[in-house]
Order: sequence, then C-alpha cells, then structure tokens
Amino acid sequence: MISDQIKAQFVKELIKKNERPDGRQFLQHRDISIQKNVFENCEGSAICHLGDTKVLAGVKIDLATPFPDRPNEGMLSVGCEFSPIAHPSFQAGPPGEASIELARVVDRGIRAANAIDLTKLKVADGKVLGVFIDLYILDHNGNLTDAAAMAAMSAVKNAVVPKVVQDGEAFKLDREDRKSKLPLGEDVVTCTFEKIGESIILDANIDEENASSGRLTFGATTNGLVCSAQKSGSAGFNLTQFDELLDLTLEKRKDLIKLL
Amino acid sequence: MSSNDPKKPKLIQNGKRMSGRSFTDLRPLKITAGVLKQADGSAMIEWGKNRIIAAVYGPHEVFPKFLTDNRKALVGARYVMAPFSSLEDHGRSGPNRRSIEISKVAKHVFENVILTNKFPKTIIDIHMDVVQSDGGTRIAAITAASVALADAGIPVKDLVAGVAVGKVDGELVVDLDKLEDNYGESDAAVVISPRSGEILLFQMEGLLTPDEVKRTVRLASDAAVKVRDVQVKALKDRYAQVANEQGEQLL
Repeated sequence: MISDQIKAQFVKELIKKNERPDGRQFLQHRDISIQKNVFENCEGSAICHLGDTKVLAGVKIDLATPFPDRPNEGMLSVGCEFSPIAHPSFQAGPPGEASIELARVVDRGIRAANAIDLTKLKVADGKVLGVFIDLYILDHNGNLTDAAAMAAMSAVKNAVVPKVVQDGEAFKLDREDRKSKLPLGEDVVTCTFEKIGESIILDANIDEENASSGRLTFGATTNGLVCSAQKSGSAGFNLTQFDELLDLTLEKRKDLIKLL
Repeated sequence: MSSNDPKKPKLIQNGKRMSGRSFTDLRPLKITAGVLKQADGSAMIEWGKNRIIAAVYGPHEVFPKFLTDNRKALVGARYVMAPFSSLEDHGRSGPNRRSIEISKVAKHVFENVILTNKFPKTIIDIHMDVVQSDGGTRIAAITAASVALADAGIPVKDLVAGVAVGKVDGELVVDLDKLEDNYGESDAAVVISPRSGEILLFQMEGLLTPDEVKRTVRLASDAAVKVRDVQVKALKDRYAQVANEQGEQLL
C-alpha cells in the first residue's frame, strides 16, 4: 500500500536523526505484559502484549505416537496462524512462508534450549505425550517473533498435563484431572533487531518493520546460553554488529524472562 | 540435536573427526557450472555426498502480473529435496515446512547480492534441487545457486559462499557432515558475502555460549573464502570451455 511506503520513508528519515516514531531509544522495548492461562479448555495459554502487538499461544497435550528415530521422546510441534483479524494483509488459507518461518524459529528456540524435557514424556512403548503449541497472531503491530516466543514459553510454563489413564491395552487422557505441570528445563526468550539504513533497532513496530531491510533474531536461555538464531530479510550484518546484538540479547533476556 | 542419543558415535578421536578431517577442513568440494542446456544459468555442486543442481531462469516476465515491481526485479527461490535424496526412507516430494523456510531465507540472500534495479518489472527464478543429501544441503544449494546466477550472466555484487559450523563432542568444527549434523550439539548454517564480509544468512540451533557463537561466525567467514575459490574456479573452467567450443577467433 502506498501509505505504508510513505510511512516507511518517514521512519527512515527519523532514524537518520536518531529518533523513533514513538520516541523510544533504539534498543528499548515497548511495554510488555503477559496474560497467563486465559482459557480453560486448552492445557495452557498466554497472550503476550508487546506494545500494540498481541500474540496468543495455546497449548494442547495429546497422546501421540513417537517419531521412529526418537521412540522414547515426547513430541513437540509449533504451528502458527496469521489470522485475518490481525492485519489487512493476512488472508485466510494455508500458512504462508512468513508464518512457517515464525513457527519454526519459535520451535527451534524451545527445542534447542530443552525448555520442555521431552525425555520425560514417554507413556509406554510406542506411546508418548505430544505438546502442540499453536500461535495465533491477534493484532500485528510489529515484532511478531519476540511476542510469539514469549507467549509460547509462558503458555508452556503454565500448562497442565492431563492424567494418563490405562484402559486395558489402551491409554487415554483424563482432561478433568490436570494437576501436574510439564517437565521444564531452561526458559527461552528471543530478541529481534531490525536494520534501517545503517542503524539497528530493537523491537520494531510495524511502520519500522516496513522500513527495515533485514532482521536478526537470537534466542537466549535463563542460564546465559544462545539456543537459536535466524537472519531474515535481504540486509547483511557485519561481524561487529553481530557480536553487539548477541551481547545485547543476553543482557535483555533477564528482564524478559521475569515476565514469563 | 540429540547428543544424549545412545546410538551417537564418538565423533572426535585424537583430535580428528570421523572422516579424518581436522576441525577446519572442508569435505571434498567440486562445482561445475553450465550443466543444463535449457536454463539461463546452472551449476551442480558435489560437496561430500551432497549432489545439488541449481538452475536460474530469468530475468523474465512476472506471473501473476500484479506482483510486478516497476523499480526492480523480484527474486524467487525454491529449495526442494528429491524424495529419494536421503539414505533413509522415501520422502514426500514437493515443498514442506522446512524447505519453505529455507527457500525464504535463500531468497533474502540473493535479494541482497543481485543488482535487481537493472531489471525492473521482471523476476529472476532460482531453483535448487537436492538430489542427494549429506548434511549442509541448504548452504551447498545456495553456494551452487550463486555460481548458476553468475553463469546466467546476472550482475551480482558478490558470489556468496555458505558453510555449516557446529559443535561436535565439545569442539567447534567446520563443514558438518551428516553424522556430525545429526549427533552434534549445535548447528549453524552461515552464508557470507566474502567481499563485504557481511553475514547474509544465519540459522542456528543448539546450545552455545555467546563466545562460541562469535567463533562460529568467524570460522564460517574463514571457510567461505575457501569455498569462494572453488566457485571462481568453476566459472573460469566454464568460460574456458565456451572459448574452446567457439574455436579460434581473430577478435
């Protein structure tokens, strides 16, 4: 849309003057809050508010057949839906490349950090628990990645596990009896940086995203390790920028993890 | 990343990897440019057991038309693995979630280096077909596609060179093969523009300290220079071949 291009140009000019449209510092987040356990039917849920961006994560836990190469591990699956309620450019239909990328970046972070101890989700031979995280974008105002990662992590942390009941040879879940929590490891959060001109900003809003030529996301864990990274968009990052953004992520992670 | 898998072999013994390589050695790498007749540019990469064919079509008309950009060429990238390409069972043909994500980040790499403003209202399609996989297919595919683009005569800022760097038995090693990829502690796919030194693609998973991540990109940058030499050789060989086909000429 032409108005988006005009706004993007405006943002580029502002950034050159070391300013952001909402008056933030370049490396400052918008206000963040997370609502936990917002629904009763699913096993876990959270809505992350990152400025005006809203991402909902829902967790369902089902009985599943393990992957043949991981017979003793529970399953983890992350999906993402860019619902048409969130943005005029989002259309109903099969997931596009942006939503697949988002889901996979969140998935990699949680998986690599061992945020959920999948080895403790075996029920019996050939039967495990599967953790299904679905990300729903409710309001797209920029930086979906970090909002989605926080919503997912928070929903996982607060999820409850239905009791597994054995019925002869078969197993089933008693969803009325959900007292235990998921076996958890490290918490993980992400920090996403956007490159506008030669400047780099943290937590871009949507107008800033439209002005951006490339992004870099790092995932970091509670104990200070890096668990995932994704560079996206056409702009490149040099080694100095790369190192700085990595160190910043490690620094910023502490405040983010407190909110989960 | 399944470093606690009981099937995990010992990947490093006496300072050497299973393949006998040092921590920074690349697997045997060969690129051949101009392997396809129909495509405007093409290249085949043989890297370890990887066999990947890249083809470039374009610049050509955009379809559907409303996507046309009046100021620059669009870039399309498609990475797929053939259903017979792995040592394991027959796979599903066509794109899946993994290949769609890889195609997207590969597209971003080429949007960076192609001088797209030279070809407004067109699209340049880059196809990368993995016919045999051996760890590091995405960076091998992008490395081959960069040669195919040059073979197609499309002006670029730089050849781009990829490599995977990961942590294996506690050590950072360059150019992971399939076993190291499957049983290592971390895996990072990196694509570098050697001229500018910029990182154009970075996809990492696994647990690393920040210092290890920084060493990872530096190891990749060093390796990219070696990969670039092979790319340049492929293009020089291709031009020598074209010159030979044309026979002796006065001018």
